[in-house]
Amino acid sequence: MKISTEYLDGRLTVYLAGELDHHGARKTVESISEAIDAKLPRDLTLDMSHLGFMDSSGIAVIVRTYRKIREAGGRMYIENPQPQPLKVLDASGIDRMIPIAAKREVTT
Amino acid sequence: MKVTNYIKLEFPSCSSNESFARAAAAGFAAQLDPTLEELGDIKTAVSEAVTNCIVHAYPDSIGKITMRLRIIDGEKLEITIKDRGRGIEDVQQAMLPMYTTGGEERSGMGFTIMESFMDKLKVKSSGSKGTSVTMLRTIKQRKSPL
Repeated sequence: MKISTEYLDGRLTVYLAGELDHHGARKTVESISEAIDAKLPRDLTLDMSHLGFMDSSGIAVIVRTYRKIREAGGRMYIENPQPQPLKVLDASGIDRMIPIAAKREVTT
Repeated sequence: MKVTNYIKLEFPSCSSNESFARAAAAGFAAQLDPTLEELGDIKTAVSEAVTNCIVHAYPDSIGKITMRLRIIDGEKLEITIKDRGRGIEDVQQAMLPMYTTGGEERSGMGFTIMESFMDKLKVKSSGSKGTSVTMLRTIKQRKSPL
């Protein structure tokens, strides 16, 4: 699991790469949380272009990040999930809380 | 019902084995020539079941997890994941969407995902003997384009 961030004009983009499961979930939450505390962004985008796999542990990571950014009055977006993570996102119904800008084809 | 192939794996409940378990299941399932979507569904369901063992069956210790995979009638994949740890008191309640005893680190979506990604899901649990999750998925046999 690799996490990198980019900050520009009030928007923090978090790039997730690899596989997000319970094993890497805690570190992922901590890394995102530290980036939010450091940059205090208005908006946060989770870019999933290079996330090849995600299970429900990823949903918990997203919900915790969403709560943190909402508490600070910000908005959150999910972009470019690949088919398998998108199917898990769809099953969770999380798009009722967070807009998903999905390329509904393989992006790799 | 004819079992044409099987594997049985045993591994400790270390979280680093989550990725191993789903990769092993996908590797075994490959002989049924699944689509990428079917492989993704199998990996997701296995990941959820193994994570449940690690988080809920053995919360404070490392215990044994066994995973058995069987090919039935040449087109069905049966996945059984068992632990000998702390059982589930109320299986029906545990299977409700968003229900979790795992705190904010868990989403409570594990059984819901297993149920929706597989054709059948059976959960047996007892307080002292652990939990057994059996899932079945038919892999549609595609006709060769030639």
